[in-house]
Amino acid sequence: MTLITRRNVLRIGAAGLALPFAGSLAFGQDGPLKIGFVNVGPKDDNGWTFGHWTGAKALEAEFGDKVEITFVESVPEGPDCERVLRELAQQGNKIIFATSFGFGDYVIKVAREFPDVIFEHATGYQRSDNVGTYNARFHEGRAVMGTLAGHLSQTNNIGYIGSFPIPEVVMGINAFTLAARKINPEITVNVVWLSSWHDPAKEADAARALIDQGADILVQHTDGPAALQVAEERGIIGGFGQGADMSAFAPKSHLSAIIDVWAPHYIQVVKDVQAGTWVSDDSWPGIAAGEVVIGAYNEKIPADVVAAAEAVKLGIADGSLNPFTGPILDNAGTERVPAGQIVDDAGLWAMDWYVEGVKA
Amino acid sequence: MQFRLEKRPEPSKAMLYLTPVGAVLATALVGAIVFSLIGYNGLGAVREIFLTPLLNPLKWQDLAVKSAPLIIIAVGLSIGYRANVWNIGAEGQYVLGGLAGTGIALLTRDMSGPWILPLMIGGGVLGGMAWAVLPALLRTRLQVNEILTSLMLTYVAIQLLNYLVIGPWKDPMGFGFPQTRMFTADQMLPTIIPRTIVHLGVPIALVVAVAAWFMMSRSVFGYQVKVVGAAPDAARYGGFSVNRTIWLALLTSGALAGLAGVLEAAGPFGRMVPSFPTNYGFTAIIVAFLGRLNPLGIIFAGLAMAIAVVGGEVAQTTIKLPAAAVGIFQSMMLFFLLASDLLVRYRVRFGDRTVEARA
Amino acid sequence: MSTELLIAVIITLIGASTPILIAALGELVVEKSGVLNLGVEGMMLIGAVVAFAVTFATGNHWLAILCAAIAGSASSMIFAFLTLTLSANQVATGLALTIFGTGFSALFGQAYTGKPIELFRSVFPAELATHPVWRLVFGHSPLVYFSLIMVVAVWFFLKKTRTGLILRAVGENDLSAHSIGYSVVLTRYAAVAFGGAMAGIAGSCFPLLLTPQWAERLTAGRGWIALALVVFAAWRPFRLLAGAYLFGLVMTIELYTKASGSTGFLPSEFWAALPYIATIVVLVLISLRRSGQSAAPACLGKPFMPAQ
Repeated sequence: MTLITRRNVLRIGAAGLALPFAGSLAFGQDGPLKIGFVNVGPKDDNGWTFGHWTGAKALEAEFGDKVEITFVESVPEGPDCERVLRELAQQGNKIIFATSFGFGDYVIKVAREFPDVIFEHATGYQRSDNVGTYNARFHEGRAVMGTLAGHLSQTNNIGYIGSFPIPEVVMGINAFTLAARKINPEITVNVVWLSSWHDPAKEADAARALIDQGADILVQHTDGPAALQVAEERGIIGGFGQGADMSAFAPKSHLSAIIDVWAPHYIQVVKDVQAGTWVSDDSWPGIAAGEVVIGAYNEKIPADVVAAAEAVKLGIADGSLNPFTGPILDNAGTERVPAGQIVDDAGLWAMDWYVEGVKA
Repeated sequence: MQFRLEKRPEPSKAMLYLTPVGAVLATALVGAIVFSLIGYNGLGAVREIFLTPLLNPLKWQDLAVKSAPLIIIAVGLSIGYRANVWNIGAEGQYVLGGLAGTGIALLTRDMSGPWILPLMIGGGVLGGMAWAVLPALLRTRLQVNEILTSLMLTYVAIQLLNYLVIGPWKDPMGFGFPQTRMFTADQMLPTIIPRTIVHLGVPIALVVAVAAWFMMSRSVFGYQVKVVGAAPDAARYGGFSVNRTIWLALLTSGALAGLAGVLEAAGPFGRMVPSFPTNYGFTAIIVAFLGRLNPLGIIFAGLAMAIAVVGGEVAQTTIKLPAAAVGIFQSMMLFFLLASDLLVRYRVRFGDRTVEARA
Repeated sequence: MSTELLIAVIITLIGASTPILIAALGELVVEKSGVLNLGVEGMMLIGAVVAFAVTFATGNHWLAILCAAIAGSASSMIFAFLTLTLSANQVATGLALTIFGTGFSALFGQAYTGKPIELFRSVFPAELATHPVWRLVFGHSPLVYFSLIMVVAVWFFLKKTRTGLILRAVGENDLSAHSIGYSVVLTRYAAVAFGGAMAGIAGSCFPLLLTPQWAERLTAGRGWIALALVVFAAWRPFRLLAGAYLFGLVMTIELYTKASGSTGFLPSEFWAALPYIATIVVLVLISLRRSGQSAAPACLGKPFMPAQ
């Protein structure tokens, strides 16, 4: 990857100085296609940003010299990211991936100034002529994890550590709980909201609080391995990797993982741009497209449980199974989805209620 | 090596102007060496951080927009610091200013008219001021240290912000994401130079700095502040009220931090989000010192700090210098500046006649 | 609430309190000598990353704590040199130290994200801690016992030793201490070095006691809570202990309430702000009771300026 090495620093630096006014025309069409990534965390976060880093590397493997990638880490959400987006556009990047929700307003703003640059915003919902959005159906993976938990839990008490109650997190909790209770209707899921994306010590304390009150399986929707490490320390049945395989942190307790694989989408976008067929749309694939991948199962899980989880995975992949198939009751007992119906995408994005069995 | 310090009868004017320049140069030099030693492109880092933002006209708008809130807050703080009033809670006052402006924006979302933005700005000023009332009250009535109270209140302000954007102020159409709705066109700061991002906050920052300079150097209030800061007993003797000065200093710095907050909210942010506290309030403390607590100096100091931030981002994209390195450059700059402060107040004499100075 | 759960809550809250207790004990001594070092958060981050790196490289937790203490102390010497030798402003220098520590730890820690280490567990035989009640006595990491010993040690040092008396004299009236012949600057250097070492050890609690990983800004603002705690405790070691556990209770009880399946009865932001609000209230109460007299050391934050 041409992650600016020291050798070409001078070249780029000099070009930057020599062409101060060139703006988005700074680099002609003859060179490699320049692609920028703007990320909220460091690439070694072992979770979210690491997933995009892997996707960027896949682009390089696929297109070789034809692409030149700049991967910017730890960009704060807010006006600071606007400058980074503009900087990348001015340096001649033709495709810019912004991989965090909070970049949305600024992607739209900068995209207006650079109509010939294509922007792709992950997890957002604002689009324009040259801004597309993309995400992955992580909740499909949650349904597989829920199936495992339904079979494995002995206390029927599952702890769930959430950041903020945004739809992506809420639909994950619901998909997980529906799948788990399909196996074992006695299961309850207790959610602890941290109101923070990043406070590992608090995540660990939340995990302790859940285990102390009977949880034998933990799920987390925060980016670090803190909860898994507590699961390992306490010797409970286990937890799941979030975004990436985290078995290095908890070899005994890491039951499986939901792995983010962005490569298919990134490769498709580059191909579309090269062919001149890219149009702004919302891409939201899941297990079937290989964007949500289920990690290796821990060897301590019995074969029939693994088979049940695989059956759910394959069912979702071939479309025969939808994690949100009615009848679904919410946790106040009201029927939200009648028997035989499913929740459509608009319903998923508006989800602000919890299914039966969730205490949040 | 023996050296001793001899207090200058008057602070050195030459040193006053030379030391900030020296601090920046020393930071560049040491930074280049240190970052080269640990395996980064040290010279490239210095070039990208300190020169590119100045030489590349595309970056000028960023410098203006980034330095404006720093200048506004630092000018307010400098007035207090001159009076020996240590408001270090500007970050909280900045947040409250933004929140007050946002509150008015949400109330007036169905209305239109040119009166809305001035109302928001006024609300922001009052919001920041309100957050400085408690430290002022406790300091003047109960002798409670304002360093501690203003700092504590910053964290209370940040939690208040989180509560509002996650709870009652959450955008009902925003898919549950913790942020308010977008401000309307009447609630946003106008851009003053077409085709750039330079908004009304930039000239406001300059006006604030020049007005503060005029007030501090030409008015009785400025004189009073300086006397209270330098010699509180003399001030009392001269008929100046120390408590009144403390109140004015804290309210002014709170009001200006609130002004910066509402300008940021109505300008670059355009809505209230959890990432609104961007450390401007703390960075402005550095800016105030870098500008030698002089409002005109602070304009240049704010610009220097903006150069370091904008340049840090350039260095991230061009030579892959980690974001963390920018913090190291900033702190080094301040360390050097604080160290060189000594040269303003003291003359360094080499030799061994050390007895009287330090014994 | 069952006894077992109660004990579990206590063990978690002790864990959460220990880093702020250790850092606050160090800062208490610093402030007693008349110096205000706002760089606690930065020094804690430096201690945390160094402790992680040493544990990762050697697996030796004792060595890791020692190195964290040395690193914290070394970084505090930047502050000491600027403020004590060069009479620079303490507030600005302390803030700069925090910015420096945040940047340094993030840069140095890049090589360590995504890697696990072992926690520093109890050194007592596991059989001693099988019964829940005995777990309370023998089940902790050595860092917890260290924090408790240091409470007594700091109290004893300040109240009962001659050096402690000198340190307090320097903090209350530096000019008189100077005129009697004590070295104000040297005393303060020693206090700042101690505070730095304690902040470094407090930082080491994050990877060794709470969550055995390195992540940027791992301490997530606990250094500022430690600063609040010193004030909350009115600069007294035993009140500091009680205050630390009270703050720890506030930080963990909300998690236990939610984990039990009930919704919190107040927004979680209120709980997060509570230590700071409580500190302001305590400041007011102290001042009211002493009728206009603050409990803070009289020279706190002021540079030492002997007559020429």
